[in-house]
Amino acid sequence: MPAHHQSLTWSKNMSEHHKSQGKRLARRESALKKADPRLKIIAVVVWSFLLALTEQIGAAMAGLAGSVILAMISGLPAKDILKRLLTVNFFILFLWLVLPFSFSYPGEVMARLGPLEITRQGLRLTCLLTIKGNAVALGAIAFFGASSVFELTAAARRLGAPEKMTAIFVLMFRYVQVIGQECARLRLAMKARGFKPSMSMHSYRSYANLIGMILIRSLDRASRIHAAMRCRGYNGRFWLSGEFNFKKIDWALGSLMILLICGVLAFAFV
Amino acid sequence: MHISEGVLSAPVLICGAALALGGMAKGLRAVGEDDIPKAAVLAAVFFVASLIHVNIGPGSAHLILSGLIGLFLGWAAFPVIFAGLLLQGILFQFGGLTVLGVNTFNMAFPAMALGLLLRKGINSQRKAAAFAAAFICGGGSILLSSLLVALALFLTGREFKFVALEIMLANLPIMIIEGLMCALVVGFLAKVRPALLTGEALGFEKPAKA
Repeated sequence: MPAHHQSLTWSKNMSEHHKSQGKRLARRESALKKADPRLKIIAVVVWSFLLALTEQIGAAMAGLAGSVILAMISGLPAKDILKRLLTVNFFILFLWLVLPFSFSYPGEVMARLGPLEITRQGLRLTCLLTIKGNAVALGAIAFFGASSVFELTAAARRLGAPEKMTAIFVLMFRYVQVIGQECARLRLAMKARGFKPSMSMHSYRSYANLIGMILIRSLDRASRIHAAMRCRGYNGRFWLSGEFNFKKIDWALGSLMILLICGVLAFAFV
Repeated sequence: MHISEGVLSAPVLICGAALALGGMAKGLRAVGEDDIPKAAVLAAVFFVASLIHVNIGPGSAHLILSGLIGLFLGWAAFPVIFAGLLLQGILFQFGGLTVLGVNTFNMAFPAMALGLLLRKGINSQRKAAAFAAAFICGGGSILLSSLLVALALFLTGREFKFVALEIMLANLPIMIIEGLMCALVVGFLAKVRPALLTGEALGFEKPAKA
Protein backbone atom coordinates (compact mmCIF):
# COMPACT_ATOMS: atom_id res chain seq x y z
CA MET A 1 0.00 0.00 0.00
CA PRO A 2 2.51 2.73 0.96
CA ALA A 3 4.60 3.71 -2.04
CA HIS A 4 7.73 4.40 0.00
CA HIS A 5 8.43 0.71 0.36
CA GLN A 6 9.45 0.50 -3.23
CA SER A 7 11.85 3.42 -2.95
CA LEU A 8 14.38 1.27 -1.16
CA THR A 9 16.91 -0.13 -3.58
CA TRP A 10 19.39 -2.76 -2.58
CA SER A 11 22.99 -2.10 -3.51
CA LYS A 12 25.51 -4.77 -4.43
CA ASN A 13 27.61 -4.79 -1.31
CA MET A 14 27.96 -3.11 2.03
CA SER A 15 30.62 -0.56 1.15
CA GLU A 16 28.66 0.45 -1.89
CA HIS A 17 25.62 0.64 0.29
CA HIS A 18 27.31 3.05 2.65
CA LYS A 19 28.43 5.21 -0.23
CA SER A 20 25.01 5.34 -1.80
CA GLN A 21 23.36 5.85 1.55
CA GLY A 22 25.70 8.69 2.35
CA LYS A 23 24.79 10.26 -0.95
CA ARG A 24 21.10 9.68 -0.49
CA LEU A 25 20.79 10.91 3.05
CA ALA A 26 23.00 13.96 3.18
CA ARG A 27 24.58 15.17 -0.02
CA ARG A 28 26.21 18.14 1.62
CA GLU A 29 27.95 18.60 4.91
CA SER A 30 25.52 20.30 7.24
CA ALA A 31 25.26 21.61 10.75
CA LEU A 32 22.79 18.89 11.67
CA LYS A 33 24.99 16.19 10.19
CA LYS A 34 28.03 17.22 12.22
CA ALA A 35 26.16 17.48 15.52
CA ASP A 36 26.59 14.92 18.31
CA PRO A 37 24.17 12.01 17.64
CA ARG A 38 23.31 11.81 21.35
CA LEU A 39 22.04 15.39 21.21
CA LYS A 40 20.18 14.61 17.98
CA ILE A 41 18.35 11.66 19.58
CA ILE A 42 17.28 13.67 22.60
CA ALA A 43 16.30 16.63 20.42
CA VAL A 44 14.18 14.63 17.99
CA VAL A 45 12.37 12.77 20.80
CA VAL A 46 11.55 15.94 22.76
CA TRP A 47 10.59 17.85 19.61
CA SER A 48 8.33 15.04 18.31
CA PHE A 49 6.44 14.62 21.59
CA LEU A 50 6.08 18.38 22.08
CA LEU A 51 4.51 18.81 18.64
CA ALA A 52 2.42 15.64 18.77
CA LEU A 53 0.75 16.78 22.00
CA THR A 54 0.07 20.35 20.86
CA GLU A 55 -3.61 21.31 20.99
CA GLN A 56 -3.49 24.84 19.50
CA ILE A 57 -3.30 25.61 15.79
CA GLY A 58 -0.99 28.57 16.47
CA ALA A 59 1.50 26.41 18.37
CA ALA A 60 1.33 23.73 15.67
CA MET A 61 2.08 26.35 13.02
CA ALA A 62 5.05 27.58 15.10
CA GLY A 63 6.21 23.95 15.30
CA LEU A 64 5.90 23.56 11.55
CA ALA A 65 8.01 26.70 11.08
CA GLY A 66 10.58 25.29 13.50
CA SER A 67 10.69 22.01 11.58
CA VAL A 68 11.20 23.95 8.34
CA ILE A 69 14.25 25.63 9.95
CA LEU A 70 15.56 22.19 11.02
CA ALA A 71 15.01 20.86 7.50
CA MET A 72 16.96 23.81 6.10
CA ILE A 73 19.98 23.17 8.31
CA SER A 74 19.85 19.41 7.60
CA GLY A 75 21.38 19.91 4.15
CA LEU A 76 18.93 17.45 2.57
CA PRO A 77 17.72 18.17 -0.96
CA ALA A 78 14.25 19.73 -0.89
CA LYS A 79 12.97 17.24 -3.47
CA ASP A 80 13.75 14.23 -1.25
CA ILE A 81 12.13 15.88 1.76
CA LEU A 82 8.94 16.67 -0.13
CA LYS A 83 8.74 13.15 -1.52
CA ARG A 84 8.84 11.73 2.01
CA LEU A 85 6.28 14.19 3.30
CA LEU A 86 3.94 13.00 0.55
CA THR A 87 3.92 9.53 2.14
CA VAL A 88 2.95 10.99 5.50
CA ASN A 89 0.10 12.92 3.91
CA PHE A 90 -1.21 9.76 2.31
CA PHE A 91 -2.09 8.55 5.82
CA ILE A 92 -3.54 11.92 6.74
CA LEU A 93 -5.86 11.67 3.72
CA PHE A 94 -7.77 8.97 5.62
CA LEU A 95 -8.62 11.57 8.27
CA TRP A 96 -9.91 14.06 5.69
CA LEU A 97 -12.32 11.45 4.35
CA VAL A 98 -14.41 11.37 7.53
CA LEU A 99 -13.27 13.70 10.30
CA PRO A 100 -14.49 17.13 9.04
CA PHE A 101 -18.07 15.95 8.59
CA SER A 102 -20.97 16.16 11.02
CA PHE A 103 -21.55 12.39 11.14
CA SER A 104 -18.24 11.88 12.91
CA TYR A 105 -17.82 15.25 14.63
CA PRO A 106 -21.16 16.92 15.37
CA GLY A 107 -20.99 20.68 15.81
CA GLU A 108 -21.64 24.02 14.20
CA VAL A 109 -22.28 23.49 10.49
CA MET A 110 -20.26 25.88 8.35
CA ALA A 111 -20.57 24.45 4.85
CA ARG A 112 -22.29 21.72 2.87
CA LEU A 113 -20.73 19.31 0.44
CA GLY A 114 -23.62 17.58 -1.28
CA PRO A 115 -25.45 15.65 1.45
CA LEU A 116 -22.53 16.09 3.89
CA GLU A 117 -22.20 18.84 6.44
CA ILE A 118 -18.79 20.21 7.34
CA THR A 119 -18.56 21.30 10.97
CA ARG A 120 -16.30 24.04 12.26
CA GLN A 121 -14.98 21.82 15.08
CA GLY A 122 -14.37 18.88 12.77
CA LEU A 123 -12.54 21.00 10.23
CA ARG A 124 -10.44 22.63 12.95
CA LEU A 125 -9.40 19.24 14.36
CA THR A 126 -8.53 17.87 10.91
CA CYS A 127 -6.46 20.97 10.10
CA LEU A 128 -4.69 20.73 13.47
CA LEU A 129 -3.86 17.04 12.92
CA THR A 130 -2.61 17.76 9.40
CA ILE A 131 -0.30 20.56 10.55
CA LYS A 132 0.95 18.56 13.54
CA GLY A 133 1.52 15.44 11.46
CA ASN A 134 3.56 17.33 8.90
CA ALA A 135 5.51 19.26 11.54
CA VAL A 136 6.51 16.10 13.44
CA ALA A 137 7.39 14.25 10.23
CA LEU A 138 9.43 17.13 8.84
CA GLY A 139 11.43 17.37 12.07
CA ALA A 140 12.07 13.61 12.05
CA ILE A 141 13.08 13.67 8.37
CA ALA A 142 15.59 16.43 9.13
CA PHE A 143 17.16 14.65 12.12
CA PHE A 144 17.19 11.10 10.73
CA GLY A 145 18.24 12.20 7.26
CA ALA A 146 21.30 13.84 8.75
CA SER A 147 22.46 10.77 10.72
CA SER A 148 23.60 7.25 9.97
CA VAL A 149 21.93 4.21 11.50
CA PHE A 150 25.19 2.97 13.09
CA GLU A 151 25.90 6.38 14.59
CA LEU A 152 22.41 6.58 16.05
CA THR A 153 22.57 3.07 17.51
CA ALA A 154 25.92 3.69 19.17
CA ALA A 155 24.56 6.93 20.61
CA ALA A 156 21.40 5.19 21.84
CA ARG A 157 23.57 2.57 23.56
CA ARG A 158 25.56 5.34 25.23
CA LEU A 159 22.31 6.91 26.37
CA GLY A 160 21.36 3.68 28.13
CA ALA A 161 19.50 1.56 25.57
CA PRO A 162 19.79 -2.16 26.47
CA GLU A 163 22.79 -3.94 24.94
CA LYS A 164 20.71 -6.81 23.51
CA MET A 165 18.30 -4.40 21.85
CA THR A 166 21.06 -2.40 20.15
CA ALA A 167 22.81 -5.62 19.11
CA ILE A 168 19.62 -6.96 17.52
CA PHE A 169 19.05 -3.63 15.80
CA VAL A 170 22.55 -3.32 14.32
CA LEU A 171 22.66 -6.95 13.15
CA MET A 172 19.18 -6.64 11.73
CA PHE A 173 20.12 -3.52 9.78
CA ARG A 174 23.15 -5.31 8.37
CA TYR A 175 21.25 -8.47 7.38
CA VAL A 176 18.32 -6.56 5.89
CA GLN A 177 20.79 -5.72 3.11
CA VAL A 178 22.00 -9.30 2.69
CA ILE A 179 18.59 -10.96 2.91
CA GLY A 180 17.11 -8.22 0.74
CA GLN A 181 19.56 -9.11 -2.02
CA GLU A 182 18.78 -12.79 -1.61
CA CYS A 183 15.07 -12.03 -1.85
CA ALA A 184 15.62 -9.89 -4.95
CA ARG A 185 17.62 -12.71 -6.57
CA LEU A 186 14.90 -15.28 -5.87
CA ARG A 187 12.24 -12.95 -7.20
CA LEU A 188 14.28 -12.37 -10.35
CA ALA A 189 14.46 -16.13 -10.78
CA MET A 190 10.68 -16.36 -10.37
CA LYS A 191 10.24 -13.64 -12.98
CA ALA A 192 12.63 -15.42 -15.34
CA ARG A 193 10.41 -18.48 -15.08
CA GLY A 194 7.41 -16.47 -16.14
CA PHE A 195 5.85 -15.67 -12.73
CA LYS A 196 3.30 -12.88 -12.95
CA PRO A 197 1.76 -11.69 -9.68
CA SER A 198 -2.01 -11.86 -9.68
CA MET A 199 -4.83 -12.45 -7.24
CA SER A 200 -4.70 -16.23 -7.44
CA MET A 201 -3.91 -19.12 -5.17
CA HIS A 202 -0.91 -19.93 -7.37
CA SER A 203 0.45 -16.43 -6.85
CA TYR A 204 0.02 -16.52 -3.07
CA ARG A 205 1.52 -19.99 -2.86
CA SER A 206 4.55 -18.82 -4.84
CA TYR A 207 5.09 -15.90 -2.49
CA ALA A 208 4.67 -18.19 0.53
CA ASN A 209 7.29 -20.58 -0.90
CA LEU A 210 9.59 -17.60 -1.46
CA ILE A 211 9.23 -16.46 2.16
CA GLY A 212 9.59 -20.02 3.47
CA MET A 213 12.77 -20.46 1.46
CA ILE A 214 14.21 -17.18 2.75
CA LEU A 215 13.30 -18.21 6.30
CA ILE A 216 15.15 -21.53 5.98
CA ARG A 217 18.24 -20.00 4.40
CA SER A 218 18.31 -17.16 6.91
CA LEU A 219 18.04 -19.42 9.94
CA ASP A 220 20.96 -21.44 8.56
CA ARG A 221 22.78 -18.18 8.07
CA ALA A 222 22.06 -17.19 11.67
CA SER A 223 23.90 -20.23 12.99
CA ARG A 224 26.88 -19.42 10.73
CA ILE A 225 26.86 -15.83 12.00
CA HIS A 226 26.79 -17.09 15.56
CA ALA A 227 29.72 -19.43 14.87
CA ALA A 228 31.68 -16.58 13.26
CA MET A 229 30.99 -14.34 16.22
CA ARG A 230 32.16 -17.05 18.61
CA CYS A 231 35.37 -17.41 16.57
CA ARG A 232 36.04 -13.73 17.15
CA GLY A 233 35.63 -14.02 20.88
CA TYR A 234 31.95 -13.14 21.30
CA ASN A 235 31.01 -13.66 24.92
CA GLY A 236 27.78 -11.76 25.20
CA ARG A 237 29.27 -8.28 25.01
CA PHE A 238 28.40 -6.49 21.82
CA TRP A 239 30.64 -3.52 21.12
CA LEU A 240 29.51 -0.52 19.15
CA SER A 241 32.14 1.93 18.05
CA GLY A 242 31.56 5.63 18.30
CA GLU A 243 33.44 8.52 19.80
CA PHE A 244 31.23 11.24 21.09
CA ASN A 245 32.17 14.74 22.11
CA PHE A 246 30.15 17.83 22.66
CA LYS A 247 31.45 20.48 20.27
CA LYS A 248 30.69 24.13 19.60
CA ILE A 249 28.13 23.18 16.99
CA ASP A 250 26.28 21.12 19.60
CA TRP A 251 25.97 24.12 21.89
CA ALA A 252 24.56 26.02 18.91
CA LEU A 253 22.11 23.25 18.03
CA GLY A 254 21.11 22.84 21.68
CA SER A 255 20.41 26.56 21.98
CA LEU A 256 18.41 26.55 18.75
CA MET A 257 16.30 23.64 20.01
CA ILE A 258 15.59 25.40 23.31
CA LEU A 259 14.62 28.51 21.36
CA LEU A 260 12.26 26.56 19.08
CA ILE A 261 10.70 24.68 22.01
CA CYS A 262 10.13 27.96 23.87
CA GLY A 263 8.57 29.40 20.71
CA VAL A 264 6.04 26.56 20.48
CA LEU A 265 5.28 26.75 24.21
CA ALA A 266 4.79 30.53 23.97
CA PHE A 267 2.15 30.03 21.27
CA ALA A 268 0.52 27.27 23.31
CA PHE A 269 0.08 29.34 26.46
CA VAL A 270 -0.54 32.86 25.13
CA MET B 1 -2.16 -0.20 10.27
CA HIS B 2 0.05 2.66 11.36
CA ILE B 3 -1.46 5.46 13.34
CA SER B 4 0.03 8.72 12.13
CA GLU B 5 1.65 11.08 14.55
CA GLY B 6 -0.15 13.78 16.42
CA VAL B 7 -3.50 11.97 16.48
CA LEU B 8 -3.48 10.08 19.76
CA SER B 9 -3.82 11.70 23.17
CA ALA B 10 -1.06 11.74 25.79
CA PRO B 11 -2.59 9.08 28.10
CA VAL B 12 -2.98 6.66 25.18
CA LEU B 13 0.59 7.28 24.02
CA ILE B 14 1.98 6.79 27.53
CA CYS B 15 -0.10 3.65 28.14
CA GLY B 16 1.02 2.17 24.84
CA ALA B 17 4.66 2.98 25.51
CA ALA B 18 4.51 1.47 29.01
CA LEU B 19 2.89 -1.74 27.75
CA ALA B 20 5.40 -1.99 24.89
CA LEU B 21 8.33 -1.47 27.29
CA GLY B 22 7.02 -4.22 29.55
CA GLY B 23 6.67 -6.61 26.63
CA MET B 24 10.13 -5.72 25.35
CA ALA B 25 11.72 -6.29 28.75
CA LYS B 26 10.16 -9.76 28.92
CA GLY B 27 11.03 -10.42 25.28
CA LEU B 28 14.69 -9.40 25.70
CA ARG B 29 15.02 -11.61 28.78
CA ALA B 30 13.84 -14.56 26.68
CA VAL B 31 16.57 -13.89 24.10
CA GLY B 32 19.82 -15.35 25.41
CA GLU B 33 23.24 -14.00 24.39
CA ASP B 34 23.62 -16.84 21.92
CA ASP B 35 20.16 -16.22 20.44
CA ILE B 36 20.94 -12.66 19.35
CA PRO B 37 22.02 -13.55 15.78
CA LYS B 38 18.89 -15.68 15.31
CA ALA B 39 16.59 -12.96 16.61
CA ALA B 40 18.30 -10.31 14.47
CA VAL B 41 18.20 -12.42 11.31
CA LEU B 42 14.52 -13.26 11.84
CA ALA B 43 13.87 -9.55 12.34
CA ALA B 44 15.64 -8.88 9.04
CA VAL B 45 13.64 -11.61 7.24
CA PHE B 46 10.34 -10.16 8.37
CA PHE B 47 11.49 -6.65 7.50
CA VAL B 48 12.39 -7.78 3.97
CA ALA B 49 9.13 -9.75 3.67
CA SER B 50 7.19 -6.62 4.61
CA LEU B 51 8.57 -4.97 1.46
CA ILE B 52 6.81 -7.57 -0.71
CA HIS B 53 3.53 -6.37 -2.14
CA VAL B 54 0.83 -8.88 -3.05
CA ASN B 55 -2.21 -8.24 -5.20
CA ILE B 56 -5.55 -7.83 -3.49
CA GLY B 57 -8.40 -7.01 -5.83
CA PRO B 58 -7.49 -3.98 -7.88
CA GLY B 59 -4.76 -2.83 -5.52
CA SER B 60 -1.92 -4.34 -3.56
CA ALA B 61 -0.83 -4.47 0.06
CA HIS B 62 2.50 -5.15 1.67
CA LEU B 63 2.83 -8.26 3.80
CA ILE B 64 2.99 -7.92 7.59
CA LEU B 65 3.32 -11.56 8.70
CA SER B 66 2.93 -10.67 12.35
CA GLY B 67 1.31 -14.07 13.02
CA LEU B 68 4.40 -15.82 11.71
CA ILE B 69 6.59 -13.53 13.84
CA GLY B 70 4.60 -14.57 16.89
CA LEU B 71 4.95 -18.28 16.05
CA PHE B 72 8.70 -18.03 15.61
CA LEU B 73 9.55 -15.55 18.33
CA GLY B 74 6.95 -15.69 21.11
CA TRP B 75 7.64 -12.88 23.58
CA ALA B 76 10.68 -11.88 21.54
CA ALA B 77 8.16 -10.56 18.96
CA PHE B 78 8.14 -7.36 21.04
CA PRO B 79 11.81 -6.33 20.55
CA VAL B 80 11.80 -7.62 16.97
CA ILE B 81 8.69 -5.69 15.92
CA PHE B 82 10.00 -2.63 17.76
CA ALA B 83 13.26 -2.87 15.81
CA GLY B 84 11.37 -3.26 12.54
CA LEU B 85 9.12 -0.26 13.14
CA LEU B 86 12.06 1.86 14.29
CA LEU B 87 14.14 0.96 11.24
CA GLN B 88 11.16 1.71 9.02
CA GLY B 89 10.85 5.12 10.66
CA ILE B 90 14.56 5.90 10.26
CA LEU B 91 15.13 4.43 6.80
CA PHE B 92 12.05 5.89 5.19
CA GLN B 93 12.39 8.81 7.55
CA PHE B 94 8.83 9.48 8.45
CA GLY B 95 9.67 9.07 12.10
CA GLY B 96 6.79 7.62 14.02
CA LEU B 97 8.69 8.08 17.28
CA THR B 98 5.76 9.21 19.40
CA VAL B 99 3.52 6.35 18.23
CA LEU B 100 6.29 3.74 18.32
CA GLY B 101 5.15 2.37 21.69
CA VAL B 102 1.48 2.11 20.72
CA ASN B 103 2.26 0.62 17.31
CA THR B 104 4.70 -1.90 18.82
CA PHE B 105 2.17 -3.09 21.36
CA ASN B 106 -0.72 -3.16 18.87
CA MET B 107 1.24 -5.42 16.54
CA ALA B 108 3.32 -7.48 18.95
CA PHE B 109 0.77 -8.39 21.62
CA PRO B 110 -1.70 -10.26 19.37
CA ALA B 111 1.19 -11.88 17.49
CA MET B 112 2.84 -13.07 20.71
CA ALA B 113 -0.40 -14.32 22.29
CA LEU B 114 -1.68 -16.20 19.23
CA GLY B 115 1.80 -17.44 18.35
CA LEU B 116 2.33 -19.03 21.77
CA LEU B 117 -1.24 -20.36 21.84
CA LEU B 118 -1.17 -21.99 18.42
CA ARG B 119 2.35 -23.46 18.37
CA LYS B 120 0.98 -26.89 19.22
CA GLY B 121 -1.79 -26.49 16.66
CA ILE B 122 0.48 -25.93 13.68
CA ASN B 123 2.27 -29.17 14.51
CA SER B 124 -0.96 -31.15 14.36
CA GLN B 125 -0.75 -34.44 12.47
CA ARG B 126 -3.96 -33.66 10.61
CA LYS B 127 -3.15 -31.32 7.74
CA ALA B 128 -6.45 -29.45 7.86
CA ALA B 129 -6.04 -28.72 11.58
CA ALA B 130 -2.49 -27.45 11.09
CA PHE B 131 -3.65 -25.27 8.18
CA ALA B 132 -6.52 -23.87 10.26
CA ALA B 133 -4.26 -23.13 13.23
CA ALA B 134 -1.77 -21.24 11.06
CA PHE B 135 -4.59 -19.40 9.27
CA ILE B 136 -6.10 -18.29 12.59
CA CYS B 137 -2.67 -17.22 13.82
CA GLY B 138 -1.97 -15.08 10.74
CA GLY B 139 -5.43 -13.62 10.23
CA GLY B 140 -6.26 -13.36 13.92
CA SER B 141 -3.13 -11.33 14.65
CA ILE B 142 -4.20 -8.75 12.07
CA LEU B 143 -7.79 -8.78 13.35
CA LEU B 144 -6.74 -8.21 16.97
CA SER B 145 -4.17 -5.61 15.94
CA SER B 146 -6.74 -3.58 14.02
CA LEU B 147 -9.09 -3.85 17.01
CA LEU B 148 -6.32 -2.45 19.23
CA VAL B 149 -5.73 0.39 16.74
CA ALA B 150 -9.45 1.15 16.81
CA LEU B 151 -9.42 1.04 20.61
CA ALA B 152 -6.48 3.48 20.77
CA LEU B 153 -8.36 5.90 18.51
CA PHE B 154 -11.61 5.45 20.44
CA LEU B 155 -9.89 6.13 23.78
CA THR B 156 -8.45 9.34 22.30
CA GLY B 157 -11.86 10.71 21.38
CA ARG B 158 -15.36 9.68 20.32
CA GLU B 159 -14.99 11.73 17.12
CA PHE B 160 -12.47 9.17 15.83
CA LYS B 161 -14.95 6.29 15.77
CA PHE B 162 -15.47 6.58 12.01
CA VAL B 163 -11.73 6.76 11.39
CA ALA B 164 -11.44 3.60 13.50
CA LEU B 165 -14.17 1.97 11.43
CA GLU B 166 -12.38 3.00 8.24
CA ILE B 167 -9.18 1.32 9.44
CA MET B 168 -11.01 -1.87 10.42
CA LEU B 169 -12.66 -2.11 6.99
CA ALA B 170 -9.40 -1.45 5.17
CA ASN B 171 -7.83 -4.29 7.14
CA LEU B 172 -10.49 -6.91 6.37
CA PRO B 173 -9.01 -8.12 3.06
CA ILE B 174 -5.50 -7.92 4.55
CA MET B 175 -6.65 -10.19 7.37
CA ILE B 176 -7.65 -12.94 4.94
CA ILE B 177 -4.45 -12.64 2.89
CA GLU B 178 -2.32 -12.70 6.04
CA GLY B 179 -4.09 -15.79 7.32
CA LEU B 180 -3.60 -17.50 3.99
CA MET B 181 0.06 -16.50 3.72
CA CYS B 182 0.80 -17.66 7.26
CA ALA B 183 -0.85 -21.03 6.56
CA LEU B 184 0.96 -21.46 3.23
CA VAL B 185 4.38 -20.58 4.69
CA VAL B 186 3.84 -23.02 7.57
CA GLY B 187 2.73 -25.65 5.04
CA PHE B 188 5.89 -25.08 2.99
CA LEU B 189 8.12 -25.38 6.06
CA ALA B 190 6.30 -28.53 7.19
CA LYS B 191 7.20 -30.12 3.85
CA VAL B 192 10.71 -28.76 3.36
CA ARG B 193 12.16 -28.38 6.88
CA PRO B 194 9.74 -29.75 9.48
CA ALA B 195 12.42 -29.51 12.17
CA LEU B 196 11.98 -25.72 12.15
CA LEU B 197 8.42 -26.06 13.41
CA THR B 198 9.10 -28.27 16.41
CA GLY B 199 8.92 -27.01 19.95
CA GLU B 200 12.67 -26.59 20.40
CA ALA B 201 13.18 -24.60 17.20
CA LEU B 202 10.36 -22.13 17.81
CA GLY B 203 10.91 -19.27 20.20
CA PHE B 204 13.57 -18.50 22.76
CA GLU B 205 11.76 -19.48 25.91
CA LYS B 206 14.11 -22.41 26.48
CA PRO B 207 17.88 -21.82 26.50
CA ALA B 208 19.32 -22.78 23.10
CA LYS B 209 21.99 -25.46 22.97
CA ALA B 210 25.25 -24.15 21.53
